[in-house]
Amino acid sequence: MGAANGTNMTVILAFLVMIIALALWWLLQQGVMSKPWLETGPMDEAAGRSGFPVERLGLGVFLVVIGSLFALFGSAFIMRMDLEIWPSLTLPPVVWINTALLVIASIFLRLATRRSDTRRLTRDTTIAGLATGGFLVGQLLAWRELQVVGDGLASGPAASFFYMLSGLHGLHILGGILALGVLIARSGGDPVRTKFNVGLCATYWDFLLVVWIGLLLLFMGLANQLLDICRTILT
Amino acid sequence: MANIPYRPDEQVPPAEVPDVHPPHPHTWIGRWVFSQDAKYIAIQYSATAIAIGLVALVLSWLVRLQLGFPDVFSFSAEAYYQFITMHGMIMVIYLLTAIFLGGFGNYLIPLMVGARDMVFPFVNMLSYWVYLLAVLVLVASFFVPGGPTGAGWTLYPPQAILSGTPGGQDAGIILMLLSLILFIIGFTMGGLNYVVTVLQARTRGMTLMRMPLTVWGIFTATVMALLAFPALFVACVMMLFDRLLSTSFFMPTLVEMGEQLSYGGGSPIVFQHLFWFFGHPEVYIVALPAFGIVSDLISVHARKNVFGYRMMVWAIVIIGALSFIVWAHHMYVSGMHPYFGFFFATTTLIIAVPTAIKVYNWLLTLWRGDIHLTLPMLFALSFVVTFVNGGLTGLFLGNVVVDVPLSDTMFVVAHFHMVMGVAPLMVIFGAIYHWYPLMTGRMLNEAMGQIHFWVTFIGTYAIFFPMHYVGLVGVPRRYPEIGDPAFITTPVDGLNAFISIAAFIVGAAQILFLFNIAWSARNGRDAGGNPWRAASLEWQTPQTPPRHGNWADELPVVYRWAYDYSVPGAPEDFIAQDDPWVQQTAPT
Amino acid sequence: MVVVIALVVVVVGSILFHLLSPWWWTPIASNWEYIDATLVITFWITGFVLTAVILFMAYCVWRFRHEPGRVAAFEPENRRLEIWLTVVTGLGVAAMLAPGLVVWKQFVTVPDDATEVEVFAQQWSWSFRLPGEDGRLGTSDAALVGPDNPLGISPFDRFGQDDIIIESDDLYLPIGKPVKMVLRSVDVLHNFYVPEFRAKMDMVPGMVTYFWFTPTRIGEFEVLCAELCGVGHGHMRGYVQIQEETEYQAWLQEQRTFAELWEERRVRTASSDPEQ
Repeated sequence: MGAANGTNMTVILAFLVMIIALALWWLLQQGVMSKPWLETGPMDEAAGRSGFPVERLGLGVFLVVIGSLFALFGSAFIMRMDLEIWPSLTLPPVVWINTALLVIASIFLRLATRRSDTRRLTRDTTIAGLATGGFLVGQLLAWRELQVVGDGLASGPAASFFYMLSGLHGLHILGGILALGVLIARSGGDPVRTKFNVGLCATYWDFLLVVWIGLLLLFMGLANQLLDICRTILT
Repeated sequence: MANIPYRPDEQVPPAEVPDVHPPHPHTWIGRWVFSQDAKYIAIQYSATAIAIGLVALVLSWLVRLQLGFPDVFSFSAEAYYQFITMHGMIMVIYLLTAIFLGGFGNYLIPLMVGARDMVFPFVNMLSYWVYLLAVLVLVASFFVPGGPTGAGWTLYPPQAILSGTPGGQDAGIILMLLSLILFIIGFTMGGLNYVVTVLQARTRGMTLMRMPLTVWGIFTATVMALLAFPALFVACVMMLFDRLLSTSFFMPTLVEMGEQLSYGGGSPIVFQHLFWFFGHPEVYIVALPAFGIVSDLISVHARKNVFGYRMMVWAIVIIGALSFIVWAHHMYVSGMHPYFGFFFATTTLIIAVPTAIKVYNWLLTLWRGDIHLTLPMLFALSFVVTFVNGGLTGLFLGNVVVDVPLSDTMFVVAHFHMVMGVAPLMVIFGAIYHWYPLMTGRMLNEAMGQIHFWVTFIGTYAIFFPMHYVGLVGVPRRYPEIGDPAFITTPVDGLNAFISIAAFIVGAAQILFLFNIAWSARNGRDAGGNPWRAASLEWQTPQTPPRHGNWADELPVVYRWAYDYSVPGAPEDFIAQDDPWVQQTAPT
Repeated sequence: MVVVIALVVVVVGSILFHLLSPWWWTPIASNWEYIDATLVITFWITGFVLTAVILFMAYCVWRFRHEPGRVAAFEPENRRLEIWLTVVTGLGVAAMLAPGLVVWKQFVTVPDDATEVEVFAQQWSWSFRLPGEDGRLGTSDAALVGPDNPLGISPFDRFGQDDIIIESDDLYLPIGKPVKMVLRSVDVLHNFYVPEFRAKMDMVPGMVTYFWFTPTRIGEFEVLCAELCGVGHGHMRGYVQIQEETEYQAWLQEQRTFAELWEERRVRTASSDPEQ
C-alpha cells in the first residue's frame, strides 16, 4: 500500500540531502563553532575570500534552484508511476539527434571559453548557439512526431510528462539563449569579459544537459528499473 | 579573553571585495519608480504587501461576520469560500513572505552586512515588478466571471478545478495558479540576491558569526524558500495542465454529479505531498526571519547581548534543515500510508527542541538585562507569548494520534493563526517601530503606538485563544455555519460572536497604525542617527536615512559582533560594530 | 508595570478559561479513550510550559525593568544551563510523543474480527455499503458509476451481489463490535468525521482509505464532512445509529442488496428508455 499511496519523494530528498550536506560542510569552514564575543578586531577574513566572482556564485545558487525544480518533477514522476504501471513512451528517434546537438552545443561553449582570440571565440559561440537552436527545433519536431503516432498531450501519463518536462526544459534553454545574447552584447567586445560571460553560459548549458539526460532516463523507464533494484536490495 | 590584538597603527587588511558603487539614476523615474536601490525596493515591496494585506484584512472581517452572526449576515457558501481562500493565500504568501524577505530582507541585509547594495540591483528591481504583477493577477481574479477561487488556500485537487467549487471551472483558479507561478519567479530573483549578498558582499571583518541574527534568519529562510518554492511551482504547473490541457497528473477516474469525466489514473495525494513539501518549510520561511528579528529587538531594548548566540545560529540552521522532513504531518488523516505517521510525528516533535531553545534564550536574554519597555520591546514580548502559545498547540497537532480528533477543526485554524499569523505580525510591527527611525529619520508616535500595541496584543489573544476551544468541541473548519448538531453540548454561538467583535476591533487598530506611519513621516519626533543606541551596523550609516550606496567613501570595517551591550569597562552601554575600542586589561 | 500585570492576566485568564469555560469535547462514543488520555497529557505538559514561560518573562520584566543606574549583565552563554534545558525539553517532548505513538500503533492496527463497512461519499451526500452474508465487499470502480449503479459496484463480482446498499440514508451499527470503515469517494476529497468517535480519515478519489473503531454508546451520531469539498461542504451531513444487536438485525433485514437493486433499476431504465 505504501507505494500505491504515492509517497515517494526519493529524488528530491536525495537532492536536498546533498545540498544540506554541502551547506553544513561549508558552514563548518566558516567558524560557526567560534565564540564571536571573544574575538575583537578586524579579522583577517572577509566575504569574497573564496575569490568567487558574484556572478558565478549567483549562477550556482540559481542552478541549485533549477535542480530542485527538476528533482521535484522527478519525484512527481516517480510518485505518479507508483500508482499505475504505464508503458514507457516510445521516444521519437529525432530525440537522439537533439541530444547530440545539445552535447555539441555544450562542447563548443566550453571550447569557446578556452579561446584566446575573439574571432574563434565568436565562431565557437555561434556554433553552440546554432546547435542549441537546432535542439529546440528538434524538440518541436519530436512533439509533432508524437502527435502523429497518437501520443497526444492527454493520451497518457508518459506522454503528459514528456510534453510538460521537455517543454519546461526547452523554456530554460530558450532563456539561456537569450541570456547568452544579452551577455555577449553587454560585454562590449571586451575579450576578458566576453570569455567570462560565455563561461557562465557554458556552466548553465552543461547543467541543462545533465538535466536533459536525467529526464531521458526517466522517460526511457530506466529510473523505474533503478528503483526496482533499490527496492530489491532494501527488502 | 582571547582578544585578537588590535593596534591602531596597523594597516587594516585590504578590501577583498572590490568596492563597487551602484549605478546612480539620473531621471526621476529611475530614482522613484524603477529604482535599483535595495532600500527603495524594500519600501515598494512592503507598501504593496501591506496594501494587499488590507484586502485580506477586510476579507477576514467578512469571514468573521458570517461566523459570528450567521443570522444577520448570511453570505452565500460560494462567497464564504472565496473569502477564506483569498484571505489565507494573501496573508501567507503575498503579505508575510513578501514583507519579511522582500521588505526587511532588502532593507536590512545590505545595511547589516556593510554592503552598498544588493549584488544584482537590476535583478532585484525586476523581482519587485514581477511580484507586483503577481499581485495584480491575483487582484484581477476578483473581477473575472465566477470570481476568485474558493478551493481553500491549500487548493487541493480535484475539487480546486471542478465545478462544485467557486472559480473551479471559471478563470479564478487559473489566475490563482498563474499568480503563484509569477510570485515564485519574482521571489527567486530576489532570493538569489539575498543569498549572494550575504555570502559575497559582507564588508571587511564581518564574519558569518558576527552577523546579527536578523541576517541569519532572513538568509536561512531565503535558502529554504529557494529550495521549497519549486515544489509549489511544480504543483501549480501540473494543476494548470490538468485544468487546461486535460492531463491527469492529480486526477483519478472521477464522476462529478453523475457525469463521468475524462480524467483517470492520477492521484490527489501527489499534489498534497508537493504542496506540503513547500507548505511546511513555508511556515519556517515566515518564522525564521521573525526569530532573528525578535532576537535583535530583545537584545537592543534589554541592553544585553543575545544569550547563547551560537546556539541561536545553530538552532536556526537546524530548524531550517529539519523542516524539510516534516511535511507529511499536515497529512496524517489524508489517507497516506498510516505508518508514515510514526516517522513524521517523531521528526515533528524533534523540531520542538531547537525551537524551545530559542524561546529559552530569549527569556535568558531578558534575565539580568536592563529592560526598556519601548514599543519594539512590547511587541517582542507579545511575540514570545503568542509564539509559545501557538508552538505548544503545535505539539497537539504534530503528535499524530492527538491530531486525529483535532485535524480539520477550528483548533487547527486557531493554532496556525496564533503561530504563523499573530506571532510573525507582532514581529513585523515591532520591527517597523524599531527601524522606522532609520528609514525616515523620525520616530513613530508613541501614544498611537501604545494604543495599537494593547489593542492588537490583547485583541488577537482574545480572538485565537478561545477559538481553540471551538475546535475542541468539534466544530470543523471551513463551515460557514455549523447549525445546531447534537455533538455540541454547549452552543458556541456566543463565543463566535465574541471572537468576531474582537476581530473587528483589532482590525480597526491596524488602520490607526497605518495612519501613524503616514502621520509620523512628517510630524514625528526627530530620531537622530541612532535613537535606540544599537550596536549593529545598520545604525552606523553616515546619514539617516541612509543614502543610495549606504556608506561614505570607505566601506565600514567591522571589529566585533553585533551584540556588545553593557560590556564591562566600556565607556557606553553599547559598542558599535565598527568601533575599534578594545578592552585594555583582560577581565577575570 | 502594566505589562507585568497584563502578562499575568493572560496566563491566569487562559488557565481559568480552560478550567471554567463550558466548552469541552463532546462525550466519547467509541473505544478511543486513549486518544483523549493522550490529549489530556499534552494539555498538562503544554499548560505547565506556557505558564512557566510567561510567568518567568513577567518576573524578568518586573525585576529587571529599566531604572536609573541599572546595568545589564554581560553574559554571552552558559553551556551547562543550555544543555540542561535541552535535556529537560527533550524529556518533555518524549513524554508526549511516546504515548502518542503507542496509541497510533493501535489506531493503525485493525483487529481481525472487525467488520468492514464501506462509506461512499460524493458531492454532497453519504451512502454506505455493508457486506452481505459472505462477509466480503465486492469490488468497485468509479468508472462503473452510472444511473443504474450509483456506487460503481462491479456487477460481475459474486462477492458484490449480496452487498447491502444504503443510499443517502442512516447507517446502523451494532454496539460493541469493532468496525473497519472503508472509505471511498468518486469526485473530490471528503472526510468521514463523527466527533463522538474521535477518529476521522480523508476519502480520496482513486484510493480506498480506512480507519477502525468500536462503538461504545447507543445513540444517533451526526456525520460531518471534514475536508473542504465544494460549496455544499457545510451541508454534507448524515447519521450513524448505534443500536443493540437485535435492533441492528431488524434494520438489516429491511435493507436491499445490490443484486435486487440492480435488477430493479435495469428493468426500470429499460422500460423508460424507448430506444432500448
